[in-house]
Amino acid sequence: MVSDLTSEFLTQPEGVRRPDRRRVVDAAGVKLSVAEWGDEQAPALLLAHGGFDFAETLNRFAPMLADGGYRVVSWDQRGHGESAWAHLYSWEADIRDAASVLATLPDEPLPFIGHSKGGSMVMHLANVAPHRVSALVNLDGLPSGNNMPDVSELERTRMQRDEMDRWLAHRRTLSDKQRRPGTVQELAERRGRMNPRLTTEWLQYLVQVGARQEADGWRWKLDPTMRMGGFGPWRPEWSMLRLPGLGVPMLGVMGLEIEVMGWGSRPSDVEPYLPPGAQFEGLEGVGHFVHIEQPRLVADLILEFLS
Amino acid sequence: MSPLDSESPADSNSPAVSDTIWVRHNRIDLAIHHLTNGSDPTHRPLLLLHGLGERTPDEVPPSVRWPGPVYGLDFTGHGQSTIPVGGGYTSEILVGDVDASLEELGEVTILGRGLGAYIGLLIAAARPQQVMGVVMSDGPGLVGGGIHPGSPSVPFPAPWASNTPDPFALLELARDVRPPDYAQTYVRFVLESSKLEKALMVCAVARPEWLAAVAAEPGVGQGTVDEALQFYAGF
Repeated sequence: MVSDLTSEFLTQPEGVRRPDRRRVVDAAGVKLSVAEWGDEQAPALLLAHGGFDFAETLNRFAPMLADGGYRVVSWDQRGHGESAWAHLYSWEADIRDAASVLATLPDEPLPFIGHSKGGSMVMHLANVAPHRVSALVNLDGLPSGNNMPDVSELERTRMQRDEMDRWLAHRRTLSDKQRRPGTVQELAERRGRMNPRLTTEWLQYLVQVGARQEADGWRWKLDPTMRMGGFGPWRPEWSMLRLPGLGVPMLGVMGLEIEVMGWGSRPSDVEPYLPPGAQFEGLEGVGHFVHIEQPRLVADLILEFLS
Repeated sequence: MSPLDSESPADSNSPAVSDTIWVRHNRIDLAIHHLTNGSDPTHRPLLLLHGLGERTPDEVPPSVRWPGPVYGLDFTGHGQSTIPVGGGYTSEILVGDVDASLEELGEVTILGRGLGAYIGLLIAAARPQQVMGVVMSDGPGLVGGGIHPGSPSVPFPAPWASNTPDPFALLELARDVRPPDYAQTYVRFVLESSKLEKALMVCAVARPEWLAAVAAEPGVGQGTVDEALQFYAGF
């Protein structure tokens, strides 16, 4: 049982509930912290967080699904939250870690849900293990070519080169790198720059469940050697092409407000790829974090879809 | 981890040396083996990049003629370098390995086998002022994982060894996707910035799609490994 730190919180948004249980899964030597909400005997569903998030960013959304009758199983991805920092990070490693968590659940098909990077991950996992998935929910995690700015080929090539330079410069500075410490308010403010639609109250709450207080201040529980982006041959259409072949019911939820952490995809980018019978909901006035901005609406959509 | 003395047999033309240089790339200790000083220790060094699953040889292969010092890097999870826990290999990480080596060695010419040839191309694009020529030769891992992702699977390698090469490296780097146009972009970066007339030499007999695309680019040279080495040795 996770200790209740409620009394220490500066802010406590309405309806938040820390995980009911934590356990550790060994993913080929990397210790992953699994977070669960809901009755252990209830039907399980797998819920994947996005990049630079952690399971406890789901502290308001996951309990709604749990209260809807599910055992909600999430985990901190390697380098995130309570999970171990790894020597290396890659998409393949993240998928293998997800499969390691899945392998600890009852051997029957279950719903996969994921937000952002987690949405893309569970689509991949559904392709890998079609016998383990009963339904798929993707929350603003459908990358399209639109996340590349509309620039000339020459400019794009230059950007590719700049990205490689920045990535190598980052690699050269990693030894003993630490995250920058700060007060709860400072960390909330920094995260707010990347998540401008989330409230100060929510962001300050996230610091208190997602950062660690040390002598010189709070630091996010995120491996400082991880970095957004990077260079490599990955193309957004590779992810989108996992969609049409899905053999299970699918619900896609997309926030229609374009923002910095989003993928820039539009419904028209996704619709041609939807598998037969898929349900797709574009939410007006909602940004990338659909499940944080509108947890009740999104949870109800999912519970209705799964019923 | 402690440096291991290599025991290269002495050679009158290429006096063997026995030191290993350790460089740090994030949480990995990388071994750079100093194989020889050559007949001219002041000459630009040759850096050997081994193929997938290989390691730096104990001595300079007889077919490699180079007038100056010769070093070999053991990539992450290979040879004497650290084995990471739980995999997560990408070619881009290995480019970071070479970049850490360049910080130590300065300007080099690269001879890459298989996977090392592909990494050589990428690092030449990233550091065109430091990489004076890349010789791309046959070797394990030359093909990579094809030009687009294959059918997805989640391989868990059998932990059949506690030593290098790391089974995760063998598995993950054999699936590394290499689109031809991606490789071509890096060729153009090299050719735009390098001081050399032919900064890349394709010497591999096997030509997977990415390498055929590289070889087809104007300004990329072709020939035998020896011809390529003598060409770069002349600069």
